[in-house]
Amino acid sequence: MTATAEAPAAGEVASFEVTLRIRRMNPEGTSEHGAGEEYWEEHTIQAHATDRVLDALHKIKWDIDGSLAFRRSCAHGVCGSDAMRINARNRLACKTLLKDLNPAKPIMVEPIKGLPVEKDLIVDMEPFFASYREIMPFLMTSGPTPERERLQTPEERQRFDDTTKCILCAACTTSCPVFWTDGQYFGPQAIVGAHRFIFDSRDEGQWDRLEILNDKAGVWKCRTAFNCTEACPRGIEVTKAISEVKKVLNTGEI
Amino acid sequence: MTLHEYDVVIVGAGGAGMRAALESSQRARTACLTKLYPTRSHTGAAQGGMAAALSNVEDDNAEWHTFDTIKGGDYLVDQDAAEILCNEAIDAVLDLEKMGLPFNRTEEGKVDQRRFGGHTRNHGEAAVRRACYSADRTGHMILQTLYQQCIKQEVEFFNEFYVLDLLLDKDPQSTPEGEEVSVAGVVAYELATGEIHTFRAKSVIFATGGAGKVFKTTSNAHTLTGDGMAIAYNAGLPLEDMEFFQFHPTGLAGLGILLSEAARGEGGILRNSEGERFMERYAPTIKDLAPRDMVARAMANEVREGRGCGPHKDYVLLDLTHLEPAHIDAKLPDITEFARTYLGVEPYTEPVPVYPTAHYAMGGIPTNVQGEVLRNNTDKVKGLYAAGECACVSVHGANRLGTNSLLDINVFGRRAGIAAAEHALATEAAAELPEDAEGRLRAWVERLRDTVGTPGAESIAQVRRELQETMDRNAQVFRDEASLSAAKADIAALKERYEAVGIHDRGQRYNTDLLEAIELGFLLDLAEVVVEGALARKESRGGHYREDFPTRDDENFMRHTMVYGGEQLRLDYKPVVVTKYQPMERKY
Ligand SMILES: Cc1cc2nc3c(=O)[nH]c(=O)nc-3n(C[C@H](O)[C@H](O)[C@H](O)COP(=O)(O)OP(=O)(O)OC[C@H]3O[C@@H](n4cnc5c(N)ncnc54)[C@H](O)[C@@H]3O)c2cc1C
Ligand code: SF4
Ligand code: FES
Repeated sequence: MTATAEAPAAGEVASFEVTLRIRRMNPEGTSEHGAGEEYWEEHTIQAHATDRVLDALHKIKWDIDGSLAFRRSCAHGVCGSDAMRINARNRLACKTLLKDLNPAKPIMVEPIKGLPVEKDLIVDMEPFFASYREIMPFLMTSGPTPERERLQTPEERQRFDDTTKCILCAACTTSCPVFWTDGQYFGPQAIVGAHRFIFDSRDEGQWDRLEILNDKAGVWKCRTAFNCTEACPRGIEVTKAISEVKKVLNTGEI
Repeated sequence: MTLHEYDVVIVGAGGAGMRAALESSQRARTACLTKLYPTRSHTGAAQGGMAAALSNVEDDNAEWHTFDTIKGGDYLVDQDAAEILCNEAIDAVLDLEKMGLPFNRTEEGKVDQRRFGGHTRNHGEAAVRRACYSADRTGHMILQTLYQQCIKQEVEFFNEFYVLDLLLDKDPQSTPEGEEVSVAGVVAYELATGEIHTFRAKSVIFATGGAGKVFKTTSNAHTLTGDGMAIAYNAGLPLEDMEFFQFHPTGLAGLGILLSEAARGEGGILRNSEGERFMERYAPTIKDLAPRDMVARAMANEVREGRGCGPHKDYVLLDLTHLEPAHIDAKLPDITEFARTYLGVEPYTEPVPVYPTAHYAMGGIPTNVQGEVLRNNTDKVKGLYAAGECACVSVHGANRLGTNSLLDINVFGRRAGIAAAEHALATEAAAELPEDAEGRLRAWVERLRDTVGTPGAESIAQVRRELQETMDRNAQVFRDEASLSAAKADIAALKERYEAVGIHDRGQRYNTDLLEAIELGFLLDLAEVVVEGALARKESRGGHYREDFPTRDDENFMRHTMVYGGEQLRLDYKPVVVTKYQPMERKY
């Protein structure tokens, strides 16, 4: 998804046809499908060069079948609503351009894996947010509150920059083979969330968080499959963050 | 029906809603209802910064900030509110830092600050570094930090609950002036189950954000459909200054995705097809950093006069190519990635195609400086509050300065949270719920469900598209009597067609089809209010530019528009609060 010199200029309309194969499930059933039954459905639509998978889903929902259910809000990759499995890889639908996928084959769109499917592309996000809450994702300090800001050098600020970018989209956690099979593991996002505070020079709650991550549901479950790093739409080096946390646990030094 | 009772119910979990929740939940039993998971709120999309005269990098003070805010708002700002905004700004930023917000830092370790449009030293002498920021993801950091604090304080959220009706104990329009009207609660629709819930509360705070989806080209999220504004309006409350909508100069051409003004704050330059830095002609002193309304009009004018770029000459260029790539990566990483991802343009080496995009509603639900909602020019609705983009205090007047909204949501979100909790604590019992509290919503939902399968029904998407197109064509950067009248006629016809829309999904669970139909109803109501206000305002001020009345007319129009709904839409006016700043010509 990087720059291509031949990309048509804005406003130029290069139209092409694409087919989406969408994994569907209606918990209440439809005239053709039973309640909870999972099935594939295909739609072919006209797309433009700047269209994203989200635009294609909207075309289907708005002009063909309003019952198609998915979450979305910002439409430019910053709110974390629309992580889904697109051609067997976790991505944000609003950040995946159709022209960057092979248009010769149907584009496969499925809900993210490892969380209960509620309807079509919507999954239950509660277990994911529960893991995030578990690692105490808030600044912990002791002593009196200072008058002015707490000081932090640009280098100290840079130390945890990468993990501050997380938008809680769950693409990483739901791409993790350990998370799929192990009912206990917090998943990579919770470690990213903890990393953001562990390496913040202002925070004093590192050891509380590290203790949680040292638990059986924590970092040691990670088998460095790297799926999470590949999946992260914010370009966070998730595996690196996890290994930095492991290293602190091994050495006792931050 | 499920009934819940709370001291305080907050509607919305963006910056304003969560800032309010942090205050309110410390003092009173609070529920925060939100149609999105809190971290999906559009505050997270905000990029450039949050204004406060910290003086961390150069001399600055709250009085200069106040002056800039009032002048930037073209003297439609309530000056008492602007003074509060700018005086409380410093604590608002420091509070966020103490909550853990990772601001960019100066070499000494203080919160760093950058330039932004319309923010100046000593009443317009030169641009000043006032915007506190975290790269170009300041809103993301604010949203995350507030959410993290809400987790810490165990704020009770009702996620994916759509509030769709407001309950008052009396009709605010037929109740005589001076008599008391109180809030009783709200009615919400739960996305996961389709169940309707009534929340009875002593205090209710609306913090539902903007309404950018009234327009086609917008920086706003799909979910920014002005729900809170429309719900208040439909409950008989007025809306203030809705004709003032900010068009941000630099949306990605054809898409509307925002490229922050920080790009120009960091040295970016706007150029036309001749390569000319045209802002030198329109604002000789501060050039590309003039307030947004001026820059947006200048861009539209360049295009109109044939100096646009691209195959259709329909955009201008934002040039960052003279900046160091390392500087771009450090200060503008996200927005340059948007250009790469969505337009395939590499900002290191190529200028980025941009055009104005509908961005921010200056108007909204009228409130006083405690966040209390007004039902006319003087009477408050007891227990009802509003804060953030859905409210109009009015600190932005006719044109909001960049970085003043992230400030607004923190200052007035906090104030509303405190006031609402204190009101609840001082109130014995919430007002009685009206009989059949959820009846109105239930009837609406059932009527829509019954449209499934109706032959020849109107399509939600089609009606919405036509609405957005007429608004872009007729009520955008340039307006006149003819264009606005055309928009008015289109909206009236679309409202009729809306009565015949049909949905596809009859289900109870995750029926987003049904909710889009309801949101479209809100958009139609708000578009009508925008256009009526714009037609009646026969002058040009801030974001509202009438080609048939190109100058500001303080004698007749230095006053707020108040639009009332009901059987017959009605316009009224409210005086502007002036403390010490007399209107002067707005030159930069
Ligand atoms: C792209 C972009 C960049 C920006 N950059 C800046 C900047 O750099 N500096 C600046 O000062 N300002 C900026 N702004 C403006 C600023 O971000 C917004 O005005 C501000 O964040 C609005 O906050 P809010 O809390 O009022 O609303 P939002 O953050 O939009 O939150 C609205 C909340 O209301 C809820 N809600 C809505 N309807 C309902 C309903 N019916 N029932 C229940 N809940 C509901 C939503 O779920 C959400 O939680 C920017 C805006 C955009 C779009
Ligand atoms: S780390 Fe990346 S993939 Fe994981 S939740 Fe955060 S943004 Fe999404
Ligand atoms: S819709 Fe917000 S991230 Fe895709």
